[in-house]
Amino acid sequence: MSTYSLSHLRQLEAESIHIIREVAAEFENPVMLYSIGKDSSVMVRLAIKAFHPGRLPFPLLHVDTTWKFREMVSFRDAFAKEHGIKLIVHTNRSPEAQALHPITAGSKKWTDVMKTQALLQALEAHGFDAAYGGARRDEEKSRAKERVYSFRDRFHQWDPKNQRPELWNLYNGRIDKGESIRVFPLSNWTELDVWQYVHLENIPVVPLYFAKVRPVVERNGMLIMVDDDRLPLQPDEVVQQKLVRFRTLGCYPFTGAMESTAVTVPDIVEEMLVATTSERQGRAIDHDESGSMEQKKKEGYF
Amino acid sequence: MADAVATPDITTYLAQQERKELLRFLTAGNVDDGKSTLIGRLLYDTQLIYEDQLAAVRRDSERKGTTGGEIDLSLLMDGLKAEREQGITIDVAYRYFSTSRRKFIIADCPGHEQYTRNMATGASNCDLAIILIDARHGVQQQTRRHSFIVSLLGIKHVVVAINKMDLVGWSEEVFERIKSEYIDFATRLEMGDLRVVPLSALKGDNIVEPSTHMPWYQGETLLHLLETVHIASDRNLIDLRFPVQYVNRPNLDFRGFCGTVASGVIREGDEIAVVPSNQRSRVKSLVTYEGTVPEAFPPMAVTVVLEDEIDVSRGSLLVHPNNVPVVDRHFEAMLVWMAEEPMAPNKPYLVKQATSLVSGTVTRLHYRVDVNTLRREDATALAMNEVGRCTVTLSRPIAVDPYRRNRTMGAFIVVDRLSNRTVGAGMILDRRLSEDRAPSAWDGDTREAARAAAPTAVGLAERTMRFGQQPITVLFTGFEGAGKSTLAYALERRLFDAGRAVAVIDGKQMRQTISRDLGFTTAARSENVRRATGVARLLNDSGLIALCALMAPEAAVRSKAREAVGADRFLLVHVATPLDVCQARDTQGVYRRAALGELGDFPGVSAPYDAPTDADLVIDTSTEALAQSVDRLVSLLESRGAFS
Ligand SMILES: Nc1nc2c(ncn2[C@@H]2O[C@H](COP(=O)(O)OP(=O)(O)O)[C@@H](O)[C@H]2O)c(=O)[nH]1
Repeated sequence: MSTYSLSHLRQLEAESIHIIREVAAEFENPVMLYSIGKDSSVMVRLAIKAFHPGRLPFPLLHVDTTWKFREMVSFRDAFAKEHGIKLIVHTNRSPEAQALHPITAGSKKWTDVMKTQALLQALEAHGFDAAYGGARRDEEKSRAKERVYSFRDRFHQWDPKNQRPELWNLYNGRIDKGESIRVFPLSNWTELDVWQYVHLENIPVVPLYFAKVRPVVERNGMLIMVDDDRLPLQPDEVVQQKLVRFRTLGCYPFTGAMESTAVTVPDIVEEMLVATTSERQGRAIDHDESGSMEQKKKEGYF
Repeated sequence: MADAVATPDITTYLAQQERKELLRFLTAGNVDDGKSTLIGRLLYDTQLIYEDQLAAVRRDSERKGTTGGEIDLSLLMDGLKAEREQGITIDVAYRYFSTSRRKFIIADCPGHEQYTRNMATGASNCDLAIILIDARHGVQQQTRRHSFIVSLLGIKHVVVAINKMDLVGWSEEVFERIKSEYIDFATRLEMGDLRVVPLSALKGDNIVEPSTHMPWYQGETLLHLLETVHIASDRNLIDLRFPVQYVNRPNLDFRGFCGTVASGVIREGDEIAVVPSNQRSRVKSLVTYEGTVPEAFPPMAVTVVLEDEIDVSRGSLLVHPNNVPVVDRHFEAMLVWMAEEPMAPNKPYLVKQATSLVSGTVTRLHYRVDVNTLRREDATALAMNEVGRCTVTLSRPIAVDPYRRNRTMGAFIVVDRLSNRTVGAGMILDRRLSEDRAPSAWDGDTREAARAAAPTAVGLAERTMRFGQQPITVLFTGFEGAGKSTLAYALERRLFDAGRAVAVIDGKQMRQTISRDLGFTTAARSENVRRATGVARLLNDSGLIALCALMAPEAAVRSKAREAVGADRFLLVHVATPLDVCQARDTQGVYRRAALGELGDFPGVSAPYDAPTDADLVIDTSTEALAQSVDRLVSLLESRGAFS
């Protein structure tokens, strides 16, 4: 302590806590988006730290597409219960959504209706004026320029030309009625930072991140887990039992598994250090078109 | 990350990683200086580019076809689609990489002329700046602009990377020339720690490994420098400033004040004062999720619990009672304007500083700085990407510290009340430094006032007797290089040898001593003359003859000088050497620098010189020999009864 220096993780932690508190202080009705993944787990831990010994002054919101991995859902419910956190679960119940099937719709359409539109419905219904998200700038190159406070107009649209300059740790949270911001407290974290922090802080994460023998099929060069009996199999597809884990988590039909033997966080970090592919490769959504993340963002997806 | 393979024990690796430091730096350079290539190289050499990303870039490179099938590392750096289509980077992008010693956050700032605001944004959180220079082009106007912004934003470490050394034959001479040119220029800026490194971003020389092509360079590689530059002492650990961000009151038994330590160290048991209410209390405990801690320092985010129930809310500041900041409604600041709509003096804005949000206006724009030339110019408004010195007036007082001393307490943003946009960013100045005081400092600065203020025991008559002369001030005015100083010193020699008590006040000396805080605006030049004549008057009052060699280009200012000294003992000598002769002489290289715009509005180059019509003597040093001029000066003094 005598040198008065903080390690990089503690500095990132302090910065994130500052952001989380700033939003809670300046906004009337914030919400924290909870995707059940490792980034969300870290973000919620940081929020708990920010308001300790008090409770979180805002609820968590999970947009449930109904096609999440079963293990994610059970982890979510146990987590909220254990911490006494108010959790809102929202699913798009519109007729259009009801008629949709992920496989026939394709990842683009599916994401738009079940994630983007669903999120907007929930934000509108509760009148949230700020929504914390766990996105990081290192995830994808279009995110490299994302602000910590990402401004959205009354239609939840994001305009790259209309973002506010951010200097020092002085965030501008002024909005008009109906407008909102998305806040990214983990902006400056990398995937490796997140795992190191999970390790350091012993943060529970969904077991899907760790290798286990799971039933998978090979599809478009990805290993898709057969999480339940809703996944229609092609005639030539055979379910194989493989030792796999997931690097990112989403709707199971669109989330590729990787073969791995990593069963602990240090194992995962070790695997990452020799990895040759980036995190988002396992997400079908990014393969659609170059710059697709940007398109999604403009429409309101995180 | 390369070290992972060398560290078989992952647990040891993780333990080491968890102690790593963080360094934030920015990269600035002109378009095509090689900024993207440099960053790509850093990421590549530290193995942070994945194969799938590389493949995507390879595809993009082929589609774009600018590199002839070769992989274009700079494509990794581009973000938004609109920008990619234009083929330029127009916003700050953040990149991340790490080595075994440090994690790095790069603020990648675009090099385009019109994007001062982006650079200021990127610089605001950085510890260090890398300024790129293309070795073929040397120091450019943009280099100056980037350096100015870096110094304006108070970045304490600057690395000048002279890139593309491969294209200048790895020449030490080229490197040294650019280096000294840069250092020459940088002395006019406030820059702490300055390093210069020769590089080839393309070939990787001196990035991670020392260059084999440049054995003459004995310094560190860029990465080594980034890994080892000492930043811990950049923080202010002296003045405790804890801006209260959020009041945490989960139940009746707990009331904590959440915030991030901006500077100084706060300890359990410390006596503290609340600003601005000035109430006192003690720190009962410093609460964190991990339990209480005995002390907290920047940038820790903690919760402070006080002994007493006193009034504290968001926007309050906790400090030590013996070290309190200025609390005021007015302050002076350098302001960077960031919006299309120009800054209008007296328009109501919102100002956010630390955790305070207050309404306020810019009550005065003292001058604008041309970011390319550093020239100060009079202005009535600030347009987008312009920088100016302002007085800000708020609707209520807030606690501030000078930005140089305290980044958090000295920084603010300006928000438009209607559009809610962030329109400006400011850095509060130390009010003790008087810079560019208004010409009104002349008001009341008269011989009578000076005499009244200092009734001296030794009378002027006694002094006149002792020295055998009547004190007098001679002001030599004329263009730079006209020969004012030469004449003044030659006359001094002649008078001294004749037993007179005499002294020279030289403009160059003034600039280096009494007036070193002044710039080169009209107001600043006027102030310089005022100070010089003030000294002359003091010498006169002590019985001496004062010879002032000052450009003093303005007639109005010269007549003020005459008044201040006393018209009966003031002589004006116009050193009327023609401008072309002065420029041809250019003994100090001043006209060359003035032509580059480095010296502000320069009389004879970019500002007028009012030739006097009321001179007591006119001397043209291009047609008259020095001795002859001095003869005429002595006769003039005699004719005015200075001595006989
Ligand atoms: N020969 C040589 N070329 C370089 C070097 N660094 C960059 N370049 C080239 O200069 C051009 C502009 O580089 P880029 O990184 O895009 O510049 P930016 O606009 O500053 O980002 C590209 O064609 C690079 O390949 C270098 O050290 N040596």
